[in-house]
Amino acid sequence: MLQVNNLFVAYGQSEVLHGLGFTAAQGEILAVMGRNGMGKSTLFKALIGILPARQGSVRLGGTELVGRASHERVHSGLAYVPQGRGIFSMLSVLDNIRTGLKNARDTIPEEIFALFPVLFDMRNRKGGNLSGGQQQQLAIARALAGNPSVLLLDEPTEGIQPSIIKDLARALREIRSMRNLTIVVSEQVLSFALEVADRLLVIEKGNFVEEVARADADAAKLSAYLSV
Amino acid sequence: MEGVGVGEFGSILLMQGFNGLSVFSVLVLMALGLAIIFGQMGVINMAHGEFLTIGAYTTFVLSHLTTTYLPSAQPYYFLVAIIVAFVLGGLVGYAVEYLLIRHLYKRPLDSLLATWGLSLVMQQMFRSTFGAKEVSATLPDWLLGSWQPSGTVDIPLNGLFVMVITLLLTCLVALFMYRSRSGLRMRATTQNRVMAGAVGINTAQVDRMTFALGCGIAGVAGAAFTTIGSTGPTSGSLYIVDAFLTVVFGGAQSLLGTLASAFSIAQANSTLEFFITGSSAKVITLLAIIVILMIRPQGLFSSKVRK
Repeated sequence: MLQVNNLFVAYGQSEVLHGLGFTAAQGEILAVMGRNGMGKSTLFKALIGILPARQGSVRLGGTELVGRASHERVHSGLAYVPQGRGIFSMLSVLDNIRTGLKNARDTIPEEIFALFPVLFDMRNRKGGNLSGGQQQQLAIARALAGNPSVLLLDEPTEGIQPSIIKDLARALREIRSMRNLTIVVSEQVLSFALEVADRLLVIEKGNFVEEVARADADAAKLSAYLSV
Repeated sequence: MEGVGVGEFGSILLMQGFNGLSVFSVLVLMALGLAIIFGQMGVINMAHGEFLTIGAYTTFVLSHLTTTYLPSAQPYYFLVAIIVAFVLGGLVGYAVEYLLIRHLYKRPLDSLLATWGLSLVMQQMFRSTFGAKEVSATLPDWLLGSWQPSGTVDIPLNGLFVMVITLLLTCLVALFMYRSRSGLRMRATTQNRVMAGAVGINTAQVDRMTFALGCGIAGVAGAAFTTIGSTGPTSGSLYIVDAFLTVVFGGAQSLLGTLASAFSIAQANSTLEFFITGSSAKVITLLAIIVILMIRPQGLFSSKVRK
């Protein structure tokens, strides 16, 4: 489904991603684990096209995405939930979700409110007046509105209370079984990653150093990668 | 005698109030396009007045053409002129955004200078084409004269017409901004350009459409202005300061704020004008705006949201 090969990304002269690659199959949930500054967010920004790739390829169902603008990548099936959620704080909840719809005549799919009932209750509030967890749900709802085939989530648990993190893991697995889409999620919280992902990748200094299926995951070894 | 006195006073009050409303319409017409371009895109377009002039000259040319070639259509040409002014203003705006503005989004001060230069170029082009002398469109008969609901009240029809145009245009813009998908894309892009791209909005296209729309509205404003004044190469630039004042005072990004600000500036000005001279009225209004902006730098209306 999503194939990333030999991806190099740099900020000016300093190279952050050194030719990494991975594939994610349809219906798979893949977690990218790593400490701060190891290149998780850089990888996600390069995938959605906010940062240019210096070299390498990102293919989605056979379409090459490198060199395309963000909105074109979204239209070929990618969806992105950034770290810090990036909702439009001055727009209402409904309008926020509507920005994710691809065509002017599309309406918001009902299952979105089934997944996140709190968004329906808050539908006329401004996005900026929601709590952190609600904003995270809103950002995911907005990404799902366009019916993507691959959902990219950059640190969805950051700044969210533990009880909501559990709900979030459940919601992500539900979305996957409902839509059969691929989810790539970056994480520092190991318990969340182990609960949600089918496969885990560990990123360190701009390269993947470990790949393991959840069944074989050794929590002690993985947390050694994450400890500071 | 007593009754007549009261009646006359009422008439004066009514006519003065109407006068204030006319100034209000003019301010709104000027500020509406600017509120979209400056408020939504943050571009300080010093050439905005020249787009107004484009609309005014378009009306003049169309009026000239109809009286020469098709005198029978004379009563209706004005409605066509409004649409043509919108399209022409929009097209020129689209081209200006594509050729000039989009290269300067990250350099706001340079865009100020560049658009100022553009305004000088456009003024000279008007002067070379139409001459330095002011021209006037021939107004259709139904715009001349006045409406007299009673013996002492006299309301000019062209003023009423400008008010109606203002009302219609404001409603259309509000509908577009808050009810259409394109308006939503515009508002999303304003708030977070990078994120708007990452949810699938073609932000470069949104910018071009926003700029073209603002310029098109300026064109309509120009067409409306021909009913209350004559047109010269620098007509539009006279209004640019007032227009910016209205937008900033109202609070950028707020359509309602622009309306409220235009209303309060216009009414303050015309009420004060009745008691003191025109220029002192202007001075007092400006001073009041400065004081209010010092207390509320974000303008009259700004959306409340947790930061």
